[in-house]
Amino acid sequence: MPATYEPIATTTLGSAAADITFSSIPSTYTDLKLIITGTSATNTVQPRLQFNSDTATNYSNTSISGDGTAASSTSQTSAAYMRITPNSTSSSTIPVFYNIDIFSYTGSTYKTCLLVGNADLNGSGVTQSSVGLWRSTSAITTIKYYMSSGNLNSGTTATLFGIKAA
Amino acid sequence: MTLQNFTLGTFSQGAAGGATAFESIATATPSGVSTITFSSIPGTYQHLQIRGIGRTARVATNDTMNIRINGDTASNYSFHQLYGSGSAVAAQGSATQANGEWGQMAAASATASVFGTTIIDILDYASTSKYKTIRIMTGWDNNGSGQIWLGSVLWQSTTAINSVTLYSSTTNNFATSSTFALYGIKGA
Repeated sequence: MPATYEPIATTTLGSAAADITFSSIPSTYTDLKLIITGTSATNTVQPRLQFNSDTATNYSNTSISGDGTAASSTSQTSAAYMRITPNSTSSSTIPVFYNIDIFSYTGSTYKTCLLVGNADLNGSGVTQSSVGLWRSTSAITTIKYYMSSGNLNSGTTATLFGIKAA
Repeated sequence: MTLQNFTLGTFSQGAAGGATAFESIATATPSGVSTITFSSIPGTYQHLQIRGIGRTARVATNDTMNIRINGDTASNYSFHQLYGSGSAVAAQGSATQANGEWGQMAAASATASVFGTTIIDILDYASTSKYKTIRIMTGWDNNGSGQIWLGSVLWQSTTAINSVTLYSSTTNNFATSSTFALYGIKGA
């Protein structure tokens, strides 16, 4: 029986790669948490997720952001991926941080996520919070993390945690 | 509408594996009732966290959610919120309230199978020398509409928290498949 909060898998890239994918995710938890920190080969590209290799337009998202001068809110509808942040905030040199909570990932409802992205590039940056929706009632067994363009750099680390309710 | 209580007064042992810093205390699946109450909360943790998905029977796409501590209905709550609707940002706050408002979840007019989601952190809940601060992140997305909420609630009492109630401000029932789990976080 799993512990209440435990790591399922960790990946740290030893060389640049197009994505980090967690597959064969066990169904024994209630929620998942994905923590990512790293850089991208290209500046200012957008971090994204896909579940179960679904590339259909089944994703949407509502976000709130602050960029150091203004607050804003944007949405994403009927997209082929779930954006982690609405802004293209990645950096090729300064690690950014993403925290993604995925709720009731094996349940019979559509899958909802709370996503937080933080990037401070010393003069620019953004902090963003979002709610994301994957319109599928299937249990999540695979999560793919990638950028809208280019590779993830070596050293990028992603850890998937499982959280088990009573 | 009849107000019905879904109360958890006893707790399962939680997941096996021995004592850890983050432990499951109880889970509620409030189908067809309008409140969830986690009661008899043990005072052995440092902080509490509630995680869950919810949808209410309100005839709208969303519903405002409230929290009440230890059954306190006096004007001992205040809250502040920052939220985005996908096109605009807004902030609001209220003081001296009879409950703490913590954001919004999906409701009956949202697309079927769309649920809101939340993480509620209750810090130093067992302290008898501090007012209680609650941090919330919650939201719902309906593919074309939605809201993301960041909030804080203050409960102006130095009494240790032993009971937490979640409910819709419109007293509508929770929908089937709503589920909320209470976790305890231990300090060193």
